[in-house]
Amino acid sequence: MLDVRELWSYRELLWVLILRDIKVRYKQTVLGATWVILRPLLGTAVFTLVFGMLARIPSDGYPYAVFVYSALLPWHFFSGAVGSAGNSLVGSSGLVGKVYFPRLVIPAASVGSGIVDLAVSSLFLLALLPLFGVGWSVNLLAVPLLALAIVFLALGVGTLFSALIVSYRDFSAVLTFLLQIWMFATPVVYPSSLVPERWRFLLHLNPMAALVEGFRSAFLGRPFDVVGLSVSVALALIVFAAGVAYFGKVEGRFADII
Amino acid sequence: MPAIRVENLSKEYVLGGREIGRDSFREMVADSLLAPFRRLRRLAGDAAPEDRFLALKDISFEVRPGEALGIIGRNGAGKSTLLKILSRITPPTSGRAELSGRVSSLLEVGTGFHPELTGRENIFLNGAILGMSRAEIRRRFDEIIAFSEIEKFLDTPVKRYSSGMYVRLAFAVAAHLDPEILIVDEVLAVGDAQFQKKCLGKMEEAGREGRTILFVSHNLTAIRKLCTRAILLSQGELAADGAPKAVIAEYTGETEGVVLSRQWPNESDAPRNAGAVLRSVSVCDESGGPPDAVYTDKPFNVEIDFRVTRDGAAVGLNILFYDMENHCILASLNNHEPNWYGNPMREGDYRSICRIPKNIFNNGFYSLSIILFGKNFEDSAAEHGVLKLEIRDGPEVRGDYFGEYACSIRPSFEWITAESGEPHDDR
Repeated sequence: MLDVRELWSYRELLWVLILRDIKVRYKQTVLGATWVILRPLLGTAVFTLVFGMLARIPSDGYPYAVFVYSALLPWHFFSGAVGSAGNSLVGSSGLVGKVYFPRLVIPAASVGSGIVDLAVSSLFLLALLPLFGVGWSVNLLAVPLLALAIVFLALGVGTLFSALIVSYRDFSAVLTFLLQIWMFATPVVYPSSLVPERWRFLLHLNPMAALVEGFRSAFLGRPFDVVGLSVSVALALIVFAAGVAYFGKVEGRFADII
Repeated sequence: MPAIRVENLSKEYVLGGREIGRDSFREMVADSLLAPFRRLRRLAGDAAPEDRFLALKDISFEVRPGEALGIIGRNGAGKSTLLKILSRITPPTSGRAELSGRVSSLLEVGTGFHPELTGRENIFLNGAILGMSRAEIRRRFDEIIAFSEIEKFLDTPVKRYSSGMYVRLAFAVAAHLDPEILIVDEVLAVGDAQFQKKCLGKMEEAGREGRTILFVSHNLTAIRKLCTRAILLSQGELAADGAPKAVIAEYTGETEGVVLSRQWPNESDAPRNAGAVLRSVSVCDESGGPPDAVYTDKPFNVEIDFRVTRDGAAVGLNILFYDMENHCILASLNNHEPNWYGNPMREGDYRSICRIPKNIFNNGFYSLSIILFGKNFEDSAAEHGVLKLEIRDGPEVRGDYFGEYACSIRPSFEWITAESGEPHDDR
């Protein structure tokens, strides 16, 4: 199913593709790498204005800005990674038709380039926290682990869609729509406490819910929802396995139908 | 232990997106209703029989380590499909292909090049895509730069390169791979003559180093020069396998048969200018009859029948012989013709005979073109590929040499050898 040894032998290619994606994103831009920080910052500003101030959505007692930023970070990473991974195969049709390498490298590179952005914006948030009166806590150590779980989830969804989109181009629109709905199904702009107790278990069906709240807990120093996180991590691994399995099954046909 | 073994390889493709002609409205409606399901299956790669196409049919062959195999055939014969299967880009529908050793495939020049990145960055990117490790690339970096001749522009984004620079850089990276098996598809078609020479040189070097090479090309000279063996693919089937010259001969023979005589009974189809129209062109032996074969060591004639349509017109003729690589080997103009050249001709039928002496041509296939023109070389009408002939060596020609001649013309010159100090004479 997954030839790990072969993938390992192509690790340099994966790295080169990630570097390429990052370099290309910021070449010929005026602001260059500062966009990495600017994007979530601007997002946070807009959300704070609209949801925090206008709609007055509660934020469990924390300043809305850091409340939403700490959730936007993992969300942006996830939706960005899945979105670009999903379209990555079709976008690399030239490579797929002309060179051999394990095709999984392509969506993996899309996810990988998002990790760098995530790292940089996380550091920025760390710097921002004290300004809002929130101190650093030992929970921060969980961030890499949470990120890893999201990586698996993103890889799973991303590879599944990348394979589907090669065969059926309309899945690209499906993916965009799915991600939009998914964001509202995830407590990014609102706290999980907003959902009535009776229905809160539904949130557990969404692996991103606990992972996003987990990020929030890490940055804001709140206790973790261990049950929710365990379920989410398990779901993430299952989705990863399913996505990669489907990808492997149809991989052979890519060059013919891309 | 063969480097490459191909066994009963077949590849079937699914044709997509066409609506086949329908006979009735009912059929059309039924068709449209079923169309989404058919489409779903077709997109996923699974389709009805009329949508399938066999690109390769049961191909089997072996390549020994160190051999340079040329693959030739018409467009659509299946050459690129075969290479794609051998490069593991697409799987075969049935049969197997086994390759032992590190494989590098050059199916396209500049694969993965990103226009925004600089030449330097693209070298590392392209090298990695082609399978080189970072260490390897760094080691060969200077050689790659030297081969590509773009030192000055190394740190400029590739989108600013001219197409020549682009191609040179792309090939430079690929040329410095060190695979055991090198697969190359028609990449020499891009680039100028000097570049092509350089590329061929690099491939020859690879061959000398004992690498196995698979080379697809329409450039038959390159195939002849580089390859030790050739196979011919025709409509997905293996049509020939053997020495390059023999396989090439079969290929060129198969594309069009030998035509020693061409008539235009219908004047409206014939090549013409304001003053004359061609009636026929033929290759004949010395006595004017149809030859059974044309030999390098026997003279032959080209006879041209034409009709002057306008009284007083002046008519000139030029015949040109082209070899199979489309090089013009020889041309002959009839401006020293003693009877009618330069003189106004009366309306009527004429025959021009061009006597071609023996011992001029190399053996091989040639095509004949003819140009009809009027006074002062104006008003010309050209017709290419009028005749196709094979010129063979007669039994006495070769002497004790049985190899190939790489030349275009092969006149018979006089050779005299004497010990140094002695005069040269032919006694």
